[in-house]
Amino acid sequence: MVERGERAKHGLIQLLLAINAVVMLYPLVVMVLSAFKSNAELFASPFALPESFAFTNAARVWNETSFVRYLLNSTLVTAAAIAGILVFGTMAAYAIARYPFPGRSAVFLFFLSGLMVPLKLAIIPLFIQLGAMGLIDTRAGLVLVYIAMGLPSAVFIMTGFLRTLPGELEESARIEGASEARVMLSIMLPLARPALVITGIQNAVPIWNDFFFPLVFITTDALKTLPQGLTVFMGEYNTDWGVLFAGLTLAALPITLVYIVLSRQFIAGMTQGAIK
Amino acid sequence: MTAARRRAVWIAFLLAPALVVMTLFVAWPLLAAFRYAFYGFNGLAAAQFVGLQNFREVLTEAPFAAWTWRAFQHNVIVFTVLMVAQNGLAYLIAFALLKTLPGHRVHQVIVFLPVVLSAVIVGFLWKLFLHPLFGLVNQALLLVGIHGPPWLGDESTALGSIIFTNAWHWMGFPALIFLAGMQRISRETLEAARIDGATDRVLMTRIIWPLVAPSTTIVVILTFIGSFNWFELPYVMAGLSGSPGGATDVLGLYFYRTAFGNVSSGLQDFGHGSALAVLMFVFIAVVSALALRVLRRREIEA
Repeated sequence: MVERGERAKHGLIQLLLAINAVVMLYPLVVMVLSAFKSNAELFASPFALPESFAFTNAARVWNETSFVRYLLNSTLVTAAAIAGILVFGTMAAYAIARYPFPGRSAVFLFFLSGLMVPLKLAIIPLFIQLGAMGLIDTRAGLVLVYIAMGLPSAVFIMTGFLRTLPGELEESARIEGASEARVMLSIMLPLARPALVITGIQNAVPIWNDFFFPLVFITTDALKTLPQGLTVFMGEYNTDWGVLFAGLTLAALPITLVYIVLSRQFIAGMTQGAIK
Repeated sequence: MTAARRRAVWIAFLLAPALVVMTLFVAWPLLAAFRYAFYGFNGLAAAQFVGLQNFREVLTEAPFAAWTWRAFQHNVIVFTVLMVAQNGLAYLIAFALLKTLPGHRVHQVIVFLPVVLSAVIVGFLWKLFLHPLFGLVNQALLLVGIHGPPWLGDESTALGSIIFTNAWHWMGFPALIFLAGMQRISRETLEAARIDGATDRVLMTRIIWPLVAPSTTIVVILTFIGSFNWFELPYVMAGLSGSPGGATDVLGLYFYRTAFGNVSSGLQDFGHGSALAVLMFVFIAVVSALALRVLRRREIEA
């Protein structure tokens, strides 16, 4: 009896998960299928499979719009920001975690306090600041703001991790005459790879997806990032739904593919960022 | 150079880049935001000190006050509905995933998939789906003989539609935070409860719920901060003025519009904008801190 009750319950749970999966996936499936449809087809038979899987709409997105340009800008900005966050963040974390120096806890606290600041609300001074530095409407300005946004959590995670590494490795390398830089780069950092991956993913996803900062800082079309470019393009083609769905599909494709390959790291990175 | 001196230079070198970037782009702007709120602006320059005038105007004087309070009420609605619907569902899904039935890993990946997409993609996608005539939602309703409303065009359904889209986008996030919390509960505790004859319902509400209190704390605080910073989804789906007729206007949109101007007017008003930013910042910080205290106490009691 217990067995049967348990099995019925499991069936119910599986049903709940199945319904949830349909609710999550069906909109995305429709998005992809609609990318292959013409307007007439979309409006007449929204639920059917497309008549053909021709890449007409996708080709128009690729050739007629600045999509490739936006994609390139997003890649460039995200890569540069992540590099900056990882390099600067790890350097600072290494100093805090491995060396005693006066003011160490104050420095750590300074970085930590950044965790609490929603930088969006400081957008007006940031705008003025970047303007004064000649960085408004440049990708470099955007990158610097993203680095600043990512540093607190990077320093926090990396410090926590670097603190746990044993001191013996470091000492024996020093006795053999290795410089401090050598100890850090070839002994300690290779051990920190898992924490670097978590930090990288945790920052890369919100930066890749960000829309707010480009909206304020970037006005030149050739410098726009993908989410921002998408708003331009959705306005221009608003009567051509097949092209719109193709644009959305293409925009969602890169991160979805990376996510499917690295789902474990994505989930760990994004939720661990929250469970600080 | 002595060894000690050399080490000091090395430490300074390690710290310098991060400290410079943080000072220039976090610490200074934050302090400046507070200062600007007390100034009247002339374009980009803080022109004259006006004391509390900006604050008084956005909180109590026409035309600002009405907009401020309307937007604030909408944020409260957004937070409340997301807490109950999005996070309630997330808790249920987390409990279902905890059972580690066949396929639970795939379900984890699926529920988190929308979370990795940009709010711009999600917003536009659902805007197309919610189109009154050709949208997927109303086409589906038509199959069962219902003429659906113009979801985003009707004042009574617009905000709800955007909140629904937010829940679709983000539900996986609280779900996996709850799941991580549930997985930390010891197997013995759960087994003991089950041997004592606890049903799943009792398990979910009396045993697991108090023990996932740390996860609940995180979810509540993040949902609160997210709801009061809400910007991208309403911007994409309803536009900068919170159409129709301000029915979807929230503090994020209102702040942006005040600071950087409407697309049409192009007028910048950094003084009132800064006052709004400071009020939002203080409100979020104070309420989060209070909530954190209450929720942490609850964690200890559990």
